[in-house]
Amino acid sequence: MALITCQDTSFAYDGNVAISGLNFEVHRGDYLCIVGENGSGKSTLIKGLLRLIAPSAGTILIGGGLGGDGEGVDGLGADEIGYLPQQTATQKDFPASVYEVVLSGRLSKRGILPFYSKMDKAIAEENIRRLGIEKLRHRCYRELSGGQQQRVLLARALCATKKILLLDEPVAGLDPIVTQELYQEIEKINREEGLTIIMVSHDIGSAVRYASHMLHLQNKQVFFGTTEKYIASEAGTRFMGGGRHD
Amino acid sequence: MIDTLIEMFHYTFLVRAVVVGLLVSLCAALLGVSLVLKRYSMIGDGLSHVGFGTLAIATAMNVAPLTVSIPVVILTAFLLLRISENSKIKGDAAIALISTSSLAIGVVVISLTTGMNTDVCNYMFGSILAMSKNDVSFSIVLGIVVLVLFVLFYNKIFAVTFDENFAKATGTKTGLYNMLIAILTAVTIVLGMRMMGALLISSLIIFPALTSMRVCKKFKTVTICSACVSVVCFFIGVVVSYLYATPTGASVVIMNMIVFLLFWAAKLLPRMHTKESHTNENHSKERKIS
Repeated sequence: MALITCQDTSFAYDGNVAISGLNFEVHRGDYLCIVGENGSGKSTLIKGLLRLIAPSAGTILIGGGLGGDGEGVDGLGADEIGYLPQQTATQKDFPASVYEVVLSGRLSKRGILPFYSKMDKAIAEENIRRLGIEKLRHRCYRELSGGQQQRVLLARALCATKKILLLDEPVAGLDPIVTQELYQEIEKINREEGLTIIMVSHDIGSAVRYASHMLHLQNKQVFFGTTEKYIASEAGTRFMGGGRHD
Repeated sequence: MIDTLIEMFHYTFLVRAVVVGLLVSLCAALLGVSLVLKRYSMIGDGLSHVGFGTLAIATAMNVAPLTVSIPVVILTAFLLLRISENSKIKGDAAIALISTSSLAIGVVVISLTTGMNTDVCNYMFGSILAMSKNDVSFSIVLGIVVLVLFVLFYNKIFAVTFDENFAKATGTKTGLYNMLIAILTAVTIVLGMRMMGALLISSLIIFPALTSMRVCKKFKTVTICSACVSVVCFFIGVVVSYLYATPTGASVVIMNMIVFLLFWAAKLLPRMHTKESHTNENHSKERKIS
């Protein structure tokens, strides 16, 4: 069974249909890249996948039974999604230590309980180690470089999930070296931990290099399939700037 | 110094005022960190003006001020939060509308009933004599409730303040916690308003948070530091107002201002110091070379 299934799904934003005709499935362990021009509905789709907005038409099945791993039919709860959002203006001058930020990823697991448990702290430590930011632990978040901040937010997202990670343009504004490091980190998480990755990206070159599946949007679904097929497809060649059509 | 303090606390009204004031400044400082970081500073200001209006109406109707003010101000807090979430109506404009309207209503009500007299001045700039015995016990209970709720929900308040989208996406009920912050703020403002004055109470929320953000780098230390700063400033402010017969609210605000400037300077000094020592080193090196 698929982790996420969209059937003729549409999402509207402020009354306008931002994106329609979505038909795709995401399976466990997939690495899906969502590409498309500005305003093609990528961010709206992410909001829909996070269940921050409801579909205006069609259905979206999230979870739907994970098949044989004993996780139950509900599968994926909102508290099992990891999310790396685009940075907000508030965070630019926010006084918080790296440790505080990473630990806050465990919040949804707490439910009504007020304080973090030893296990929460251990998981936060583990993710700090995994992303190699031990030395930054007591540093102030606002004083870090862009790449370091993204690592911190990635560690926080990993604290919230063991199943699926949604990333909204994680490399925006980063320099090429840091960008490649971050991509490699994400690929490692996908390969070694078997985490499902869904990433919105403008960086088409890296997208086809790392992703197993591609979803191309233009206010509707232009392409969905494996990356090999995408490279060969018309939409793919045009978007990558490869082919010319007269 | 100690003699003055002993003399001061012979007056029961001063003891009452100090107890409630300390509690209010503690609550305001804790909530202030979140409000300032969420860019909600103006909500505190708007709420205090609404509090002024309700206070005037409550006095005119001859009912206990707190019982009218608290529900109305909480309702307004709820409304303002809704408006700032809705991007179509600009939140700051809405706050200005609501606060000036309630200020106008308050002034008209006062002039119709008791006439424009010292009451207006007391409401605007606060009076240390404002607290009755019943008010004090009510204020202490509410203040403690605010404190306990803040401690219990500290981690959630952090998450909602730092990154609302992430918290919402991972299944935290952010609307609920925003509501909680607004309600606690409303209660704190109403409790402190008569002593600090409608025009000055929002400084208790904003100053300590900004002061501690000059030097502290963790959310926890910022919170603890602003609580300490707020309590100390309030106490010194009250003592100063007793010694020099200055208005209490304004004295507390001036204390907060001085501490803010001190912290700001403290942040700048080390930098200048390192610069100087660098130039000194360079000088000595140059001398050695020559």
